[in-house]
Amino acid sequence: MNTTCIMCPMGCSLTIEEIGGAITVKGNGCPRGEKYGRAEYTHPERVVTTLLKGAFGGVVSVKTDRPIPKDKIGDLLAWAASYRLERAVSTGDVIEENAADTGANIVATSDFIMK
Amino acid sequence: MERFDVVIIGGGPAGMAAALGARESGASVAILERDDRLGGILNQCIHNGFGLHYFGEELTGPEYAKRFRDQVTKDGGIKVFLEAMVLSLTEDRLVRAISPTAGLLEIEAGSVVLAMGCRERSAGAIALAGTRPAGIYTAGMAQRLSNIDGYLVGKEVVILGSGDIGLIMARRMTSEGAKVKLVAEIMPFSSGLKRNIVQCLNDYDIPLRYSTTVTRVAGEGRLVGVYVAPVDDKMVPDLSREEYIPCDTLLLSVGLIPENDLLNGSKVEMSRVTSGAVVDEYRQTSVPGVFSAGNVLHVHDLVDNVSEEAFVAGRSAAGFARGELSGGDTVNVLPSQGVRYALPQRIHKGEGKIKIYFRVDKVYQGRTVVVKCGEEVIRKKKTLVMAPGEMQNIEIDASLVTGDVSIYTEE
Repeated sequence: MNTTCIMCPMGCSLTIEEIGGAITVKGNGCPRGEKYGRAEYTHPERVVTTLLKGAFGGVVSVKTDRPIPKDKIGDLLAWAASYRLERAVSTGDVIEENAADTGANIVATSDFIMK
Repeated sequence: MERFDVVIIGGGPAGMAAALGARESGASVAILERDDRLGGILNQCIHNGFGLHYFGEELTGPEYAKRFRDQVTKDGGIKVFLEAMVLSLTEDRLVRAISPTAGLLEIEAGSVVLAMGCRERSAGAIALAGTRPAGIYTAGMAQRLSNIDGYLVGKEVVILGSGDIGLIMARRMTSEGAKVKLVAEIMPFSSGLKRNIVQCLNDYDIPLRYSTTVTRVAGEGRLVGVYVAPVDDKMVPDLSREEYIPCDTLLLSVGLIPENDLLNGSKVEMSRVTSGAVVDEYRQTSVPGVFSAGNVLHVHDLVDNVSEEAFVAGRSAAGFARGELSGGDTVNVLPSQGVRYALPQRIHKGEGKIKIYFRVDKVYQGRTVVVKCGEEVIRKKKTLVMAPGEMQNIEIDASLVTGDVSIYTEE
């Protein structure tokens, strides 16, 4: 797998290979790159931020309260697209627990007033 | 006529931090904000990554704004005027503004902090060739329509410019179901953060082409497509290799301009490099009592730096209003050899530390930053890597400053 290290502005090009169960990271300029490359290979994760629509209009910004596996981002976004918020929420409120089975809760990052 | 010790123009991250800085020393403060809420551009930046330096945790834009807004609105000494558009600022610091609720406002200011932020370069600013159809937006405008108003501006998108807002919008449009066909960057590198290239483009397989620009747009009524072509090292497009890409939307992420229109005709000395005012370490401009901070002073890449800078400006503005800001002669801070600009451009001799912010003109690896006063090196710092898109800083000892200071890089 090839990727770019994001630990600093250097942006080293990393090559990550698994041979006989051993993972090697090449191209990194420092130990942080090794750690990053290994994590990106074995379990890449992202905090996802997106919008939810209000049932009667308007949008509210939300985030996952922890990083979720990268391959579940699609599931989460599909869930978010179909969800309709039917109550007022404040920043920090949990809107949905374990959203789309990602293991993360969806939390409001802004206030939402029902229209 | 109302009077406040410190009047702050703009209620975004810079304005709010300046207000808190001024309040620290008990000044009476007014914030004039033209939008209907405090927070500025942060309100529409729903992605995370804000606050790592200032709060030590990763917040989204609205969350970062809320931390400041809560403090500002809780503070009885800060009066906030919303939907208040400042029309003029006179030399004796009379501020005129209009608002639908208060009508014409005339406010006398002990000192003024300029915190108006910046705006985006538009299609006109880059002389975009072709027709003038709907579907061409600046990236920030599309971001506002999406994240505040809930409208997706298009379904098939090309983005010109790979600045951070453009990259963030590539992901945002994709998340909302649009297809981003290409991000074209005229330079051979991106001014955006590596993290955004990886997490906004690579994660979603969005192609990024360097040394490529949009040569013209097509469509009557609505955009139907754009032409792109590679450019040579003088940035001249090779029209023989022009390629047509059908799309209904073009987003422009082609630079930001400090919004200093209020200073037109004023005596505030401006920098041709930053398009902001020339300031000293208190962020005071060449006109006594007028301070400047945030993106209106110079375009930042991290809001954390905006908050820090504006806090200083607010505290100093309060000091000026009380007649306690130490004046005296200043020396110049002169950038050279790889340093595109340094800010503050002027500093006072004296005590304590002064943090100098600067940007380099291209990507440098393994360089040393040197600050020299006359023939004496007063600070040296080795760096691993410096990029134009990432603002740097270096701290110097004011007591070592005897005359003009130069800042440069060397092998």
